[in-house]
Amino acid sequence: MVGIVGYGAYIPRQRIKLEEIAAVWGADAAAYKRGLMLYEKSVPAPDQDTVTMSVEAARWALARSGVDPRKIGAVYIGSESHPYAVKPSGTIVAEAIGATPDCHCADFEFACKAGSEAMFVGLSLVKAGEMEYVLSVGGDTSQGAPGDALEYSASAGSAAFIMGRENLLAECLHTYSYMTDTPDFWRREYEFYPRHGGRFTGEPAYFKHSLAASKEIMSRAGLTPKDFKYVVHHQPNGKFPQNVGKMLGFTEEQMKTGWLSPWLGNTYSGASPMGLTAILDEAQPGDLIMMCSYGSGAGSDAFIWKATELLPKVRGKAPFTRPQLDDNKVYLSYGQYAKCRGKIRKAD
Amino acid sequence: MASVPNYWRQEPQRYRYEANKCESCDKVFFPPRLSCGLDCAEELKPVTLATTGKVLTYTIIHIAPTQFTDEAPYAMAICEMDGGGRITAQLVDCPFANIKIGMPVRIEFRKIQQDGHHGILMYGYKVVPA
Amino acid sequence: MRDVAVIGIGIQKWGELWERSLRDLWVEAALNAINDAGVDHIDSIYVGAMSPGLFVGQEHIGSLCADYLGVTPVPATRTESACCSGGMAMRSGFIEVASGLSDIVLVSGVEKMTDVDGGGATYALATAADGDYEVYNGITFPGLYAMMARDYMHRFGLTREELAAVPVKSHANGFHNPHAQYRSKLTIDGVIKSVMVADPLTIMDCSPITDGAAAAILCPLDLAKDFAKGKPVVKVAGMGAATDSIALHDRADFSALNAVAVSAQRAYEMAGVKPTDINFAEVHDCFSIAEIIVSEDIGFFEKGKGGQAAAAGETAIGGKIPINTSGGLKSKGHPVGATGIGQIHELVTQLRGDAAERQVAGARRGMAQNMGGSGGSSVVHILEVV
Repeated sequence: MVGIVGYGAYIPRQRIKLEEIAAVWGADAAAYKRGLMLYEKSVPAPDQDTVTMSVEAARWALARSGVDPRKIGAVYIGSESHPYAVKPSGTIVAEAIGATPDCHCADFEFACKAGSEAMFVGLSLVKAGEMEYVLSVGGDTSQGAPGDALEYSASAGSAAFIMGRENLLAECLHTYSYMTDTPDFWRREYEFYPRHGGRFTGEPAYFKHSLAASKEIMSRAGLTPKDFKYVVHHQPNGKFPQNVGKMLGFTEEQMKTGWLSPWLGNTYSGASPMGLTAILDEAQPGDLIMMCSYGSGAGSDAFIWKATELLPKVRGKAPFTRPQLDDNKVYLSYGQYAKCRGKIRKAD
Repeated sequence: MASVPNYWRQEPQRYRYEANKCESCDKVFFPPRLSCGLDCAEELKPVTLATTGKVLTYTIIHIAPTQFTDEAPYAMAICEMDGGGRITAQLVDCPFANIKIGMPVRIEFRKIQQDGHHGILMYGYKVVPA
Repeated sequence: MRDVAVIGIGIQKWGELWERSLRDLWVEAALNAINDAGVDHIDSIYVGAMSPGLFVGQEHIGSLCADYLGVTPVPATRTESACCSGGMAMRSGFIEVASGLSDIVLVSGVEKMTDVDGGGATYALATAADGDYEVYNGITFPGLYAMMARDYMHRFGLTREELAAVPVKSHANGFHNPHAQYRSKLTIDGVIKSVMVADPLTIMDCSPITDGAAAAILCPLDLAKDFAKGKPVVKVAGMGAATDSIALHDRADFSALNAVAVSAQRAYEMAGVKPTDINFAEVHDCFSIAEIIVSEDIGFFEKGKGGQAAAAGETAIGGKIPINTSGGLKSKGHPVGATGIGQIHELVTQLRGDAAERQVAGARRGMAQNMGGSGGSSVVHILEVV
């Protein structure tokens, strides 16, 4: 048996509304809201980055798990906005939670699925008996180019999972990864903003991989959509996960709990992992959950989880996901947002 | 340029709030010290600050040092942590009008400074309303 | 220990002195003191300076000063205790004369703060606080004193208007001081509405960035009458110094400055006098709230009452206990290392009866209180007419 022994999510307090961004670029806010099913997104403060959010999420995962951090055998942070281009985020997180020095560390990247990769590898190491516990985190503070469609969605958040063999909160029943070389979205070395292939990011990219991974994992598990209580797909906007869910035969009810993007934006490596934390915040023992990430480039990691008896007993030990999304929000103007995101050319 | 060795040497304090405590007089020192004074026993025991505490006093910094101009105005507070030990830290995610002497706070891990565009990132502790 | 007298004082007008270098400023003040004393040699030099290294890239200023005064090989020592570097120079010179080691000692202070820009000056000044546990996290000096003000106002009910009365009073005094940096009058409203620096302190609650130097000549009391030239002989009746935690957060009470209280107590004990025996005082008003807290800790007012007393005019010239007749750090300026000696300059001026429109009637005994950082060090001198 292998699975999640602790989990945590972190969402910054600041937000910006889609209309605020659209007004600056002369875009039709209503059309974007309808087309993307996005209303607002989270904005990291100048003192927040992938590392800071991952530390907080990891601390809450530790609180739920009760695990001694020195027993964590590896710390894997997946992100496409690691604060350093060279120097791991993971060493800082590991030091901050007290997991060093008997600890393996590697930073993961694969566009939006860097977090689920960290989870995939963490589970495998625990399953193989190499380590007792692994911390796997997906988080991002990605940038959207000013005036580009992605500026409406690129947001910030982090989800952390401690994988282990005992006292599971959610057992991992199956994993499956589907990957091809598909250049739908990329960022060259030394470029500040990513670029993408427009409509090419849809059917040949997001949909092809999400559908293939979801279908194959259900096939291998001998399950169909109606067997699941919850499903969460990668959520770069509000619309794509709704579409792919329906194409697979899932209902809105099954998608509802993990569906955060209309108010959160796209937290990239945190997207489907945070959908999972929101689901774990309410799932009941025995509930089956499917999580399927998507990372441009491209690939999907699919997981089937089963909530355990222990989950409802310990999940109250740390903050839930949805209240962090809905409560104590501070709305920014575009100017404040641009300052926070370092989009203003300064004297230095 | 920020001192890399000085930053690294203080990671146990800035990341994990490692402190120490005098066995004779119960005083908690953050950062940890070698000496409580000549009247107290020589042994100082390692402890860790609690991550919860309360605000003792505060201010709002309007004219900020160069490293903090993006955050100005920002609140700073002296906080006493539960079980002893005090910190001077930024109080964030709190409207200024809500700041009260005595309010409960907890530590959050944040980026404190960065050494320009080229130097190291420097992390540490801030407090948020608990 | 021998009794020690102050026989000469020297200063220049303080301000943003673009055309004067550190060595020019110091030598000018030193020569003024030497000429005022009428001595023809000196045995030892003490120079107080907080950070010539950070402000002008120059250390080893003991040698520099002795050299440029033309008195090498006289021994010269730089004293440093942040903003009471000057007071420490006075203390060290006093000890050297009192001990019998030297007869004529030049005590002085200097700071040249305008060769760096505002950011550079702020950085240098911040080294008086705890660099790794206060400054690293974003605090500024006005911020530290603002936190004291917040605590004081919360506990003692001091209002923003009452706090503003201190700089108003100081500028009213500085208006009459030909050496003061700012000789403009302030209003309560003007203070409150000026630029906010660290809530609740505005720019008018804060002492400025200043270039300047000051110097004094000490000698054994027995020799002083030979130099008095008909003016009252001024003796150093008492001296005390003390330290406290460097970080504000380690203090027992944010509205009290224990280093100030202990240094004052030690000075009173040496002088054999009480607070009510002091006729006037120069205190370290780096920020408005500092003057209030200090006035209580040196024993002039009960804890919590100093602010209202200042607002009621008790610390004005002609009031119950005039404080900062020179204009204080706020109006006179605060060239950090020079401030402590600038205070001695005002004390001697008053005790000689030379303070003109600032004169405290019947001034016979004055106190100078000089402080470092947020109260991590304090040094007090009591001077009296013999």
